[in-house]
Amino acid sequence: MSDTIVSLPDQATARIPKLNYLSKEKGLLSWLLTGDHKRIAILYLISISFFFFIGGSLAALIRLELLTPQSDLMATDTYNKVFSMHGIVMIFFFLVPSVPATLGNFFIPMMLGAKDLALPKINLLSWYLYMAAGMMGLYTMIAGGVDTGWTFTTPLSTHYVNTHVITTGVAIFIAGFSSIFTGLNFIVTIHKMRAPGMTWFRMPLFIWAHYAASILMVLGTPVLAIAIVLVALERTVGIGVFDPAKGGDPLLFQHLFWFYSHPAVYIMILPGMGVISEVISTFSRKRVFGYTAVAFSSVAIAVFGFFVWAHHMFIMGISNYAVLVFSLLTMLVAVPSAIKIFNWAFTLYKGSITFETPMLYAFGFMGLFTIGGMTGVFLGTSGTDIHLTETYFIVAHFHFVMVGGMLMAFLAGLHFWWPKMTGRMYPEKISQLAALITFIGFNFTFFPQFILGTLGMPRRYASYPPEFQVLNVLSSAGASILGVGYLLPVFYLLWSLKYGAIAGDNPWQATGLEWQTQSPPLTENFTEIPIVDHEAYDYEWLERQKEKEVPSVG
Amino acid sequence: MSDSTVIAQSAAADEHHAHPPYQRHHFETIDQQNDATNFAMWLFLLTEIMFFGGLFTAYLIYRNWYYPAFVAASHQLDIFWGGLNTLLLISSSFTMAMGVWCAETRKQSGLVLCLVLTFVLGLGFLGIKSIEYHEKWEKHHIPGLHFSTQSFADPESDTEVFEKYHDKALAPDMAAHTELYFFLYFAMTGMHALHMIIGIAILAFMIVRARAGAYTNGHLAFVENFGLYWHFVDIVWIFLFPLLYLISRH
Amino acid sequence: MSEHNEQEHHIVSPKVYLVILTALLVGTAVTIWASFVDMGPLNPIIALAIACTKAVLVVLFFMHVKYSTKLTKLTVGAGVFTFLILVGMTLADYFTRAWGRW
Repeated sequence: MSDTIVSLPDQATARIPKLNYLSKEKGLLSWLLTGDHKRIAILYLISISFFFFIGGSLAALIRLELLTPQSDLMATDTYNKVFSMHGIVMIFFFLVPSVPATLGNFFIPMMLGAKDLALPKINLLSWYLYMAAGMMGLYTMIAGGVDTGWTFTTPLSTHYVNTHVITTGVAIFIAGFSSIFTGLNFIVTIHKMRAPGMTWFRMPLFIWAHYAASILMVLGTPVLAIAIVLVALERTVGIGVFDPAKGGDPLLFQHLFWFYSHPAVYIMILPGMGVISEVISTFSRKRVFGYTAVAFSSVAIAVFGFFVWAHHMFIMGISNYAVLVFSLLTMLVAVPSAIKIFNWAFTLYKGSITFETPMLYAFGFMGLFTIGGMTGVFLGTSGTDIHLTETYFIVAHFHFVMVGGMLMAFLAGLHFWWPKMTGRMYPEKISQLAALITFIGFNFTFFPQFILGTLGMPRRYASYPPEFQVLNVLSSAGASILGVGYLLPVFYLLWSLKYGAIAGDNPWQATGLEWQTQSPPLTENFTEIPIVDHEAYDYEWLERQKEKEVPSVG
Repeated sequence: MSDSTVIAQSAAADEHHAHPPYQRHHFETIDQQNDATNFAMWLFLLTEIMFFGGLFTAYLIYRNWYYPAFVAASHQLDIFWGGLNTLLLISSSFTMAMGVWCAETRKQSGLVLCLVLTFVLGLGFLGIKSIEYHEKWEKHHIPGLHFSTQSFADPESDTEVFEKYHDKALAPDMAAHTELYFFLYFAMTGMHALHMIIGIAILAFMIVRARAGAYTNGHLAFVENFGLYWHFVDIVWIFLFPLLYLISRH
Repeated sequence: MSEHNEQEHHIVSPKVYLVILTALLVGTAVTIWASFVDMGPLNPIIALAIACTKAVLVVLFFMHVKYSTKLTKLTVGAGVFTFLILVGMTLADYFTRAWGRW
């Protein structure tokens, strides 16, 4: 029994196929005017990686400042700007588009047996909107940024700061439309472009996850848009909509803002969960346990996710009745997420588990997302939330689910599908090391923050009482390790483009239509639309395919 | 499910290069393309519902809180213009639906006529809106731009409106809340008007294309999907009219 | 080719459009008239009811939803549902703020 399932073609004779989506057309314009979903995915991959490192640098600044109790590295105003921009960049320019715009764009058509997404031009427009928004966000940062926190809480953002609230708001508005168009495209594609025989319940769970996330993108993001418009109007014209002096209610902004921003966290995590389903199945050589439950739980998360937004507002002045209702509903929304974790665990049970890099990240996800999710229950309980909210407990909670969860899932997916996207394998040993470093660094960075939060350290403060210093130093030290863990993939993934082993069609011997094509794929994905006659994660079908397979030489 | 049946059947009946010139290559059949683009337009309209939804939420809250201010402020709106605008817009929805029918039955001159009528009715709507907006400007009822509560704190000074409704004077703080009503009036009708302007621009484009024979050759997806957009804009107004103009006229 | 397509190509006749147009115009007249009559708390309810009816007519007939696939109907329903959640649950907070204005 081998300890890896990797199966590469004979490196002496293997070649990257001459004709593929990368080589089909050359020149900058062929990329900038492409309709090919795969090229757009690569464009997105480069852009979001760029913004990830900007957000990461801001994080480094935060952790450096927090090494000492005093606000001595930067002025408190500057610190406010740093954590605000860190949140804005990481959420809107990295996490929201991360898996959908890169892996989703690349693989949804292929997994469905389609030649492209339904609306290729809209897809390209999405990327341009994202770039415009990103450039605007960058400009705003250079011009001085905002210091309201990524949540733009009123009346602070409308009446009390003189930073670049409107420009940042416009950048987020535009990024929102990028997200809407991506989600719209996915929904149409999944409904209308499945290959013959690809019924809803034969689709990979990756697709179900993206379908659910896309519904959230389409229905939730416009409410954020109108909230931003109202803030801009309030700041410029002074309409009074959020101004108590004129009879307005600042809480209205928060209702509109969180009506999107809570589903936004599911927009961020659902695609990651889709990745985990694929990875865990492949590296246990077993179909996902309870396919239907996992598929429906994705949709359930999307639906329930719309009912809980005011749990971000428990201490803000909403009525006690609202606190009760939203707290109860928040308990409900945890259930579908837990269902997934159980189903993945049962997939692993009696599977043939191997520990390639994507699987290491998937294990990290399962542990860290579970911890993050469980701490969410403490926060959903209004009684404990009163003490824990606006402390580092919240910071730790969302970093556990977003970084320990989502970012690990993104890295899992990136490594899992890297051979398909590029035709090359990354170096396994160093990537496993990077995964381990990331996991260790992550825990040192964010676990102390749970303790800090329960001890009472507030979030968004540049200075803190000296008794919190030890935990803060621990957290910052962990952050430096985490940084190394995230930098390593940049180097070895780029290295692999030139020197990596040739991957062949299906190095992981995974099921899924995308693995039945060459690596990198042709522009049109399939020369003939496949006719699907097997269920998802059907490893027996894969065995029968291999018997008929002719190794491709390009 | 019907979706995959269509796709399966079309794949089976596929004759490779026998597809209309306006069919994109990633679609297997023209029906799939039309299905997809129609569905995409509906999804876009969903985003519009939610976009306006935020404004409707704000409206409902502040109307509930400041009802007297909203009543008094709504009396500043002329039912004649509002009603006429409603008639114009409903009629334009009718002409747009007729336009789609002409495209479906391949009546080119009928299509052009219907599109032109829709265009004219839409322009008429915007013209009336600008008359109304101008009046608000004259009376200092635009929030943030020298907003004046005189008409509400001292209703008799506004003889035209006073003669119709005989409103009582509002207390200063309630009178100040009329600014919130007007913000909502301008935000909601302004957002609506913006959507109308975009629609009218697209109509102009379609009129030119329709005269050249497009849309009556079997490929009418663009007209159909635009029709959906235009009807949606009409529906928004169907709600805006009673909510803004007809709060209480007795 | 299949009955599924026939459904979507059902051409609504101008007669239907005329009937709906008339209904919409009548509805507009009624709603204006009703605003001049004091019916207490019923006024806004009636106004909204008439507006909803008009909107439903536009959706079903002008936008062809009556003759469309289940998917289209479901999509419209999803939009209306989410809109109602936004409005309803936000208002639930405001209506239960026992201490009155902020």
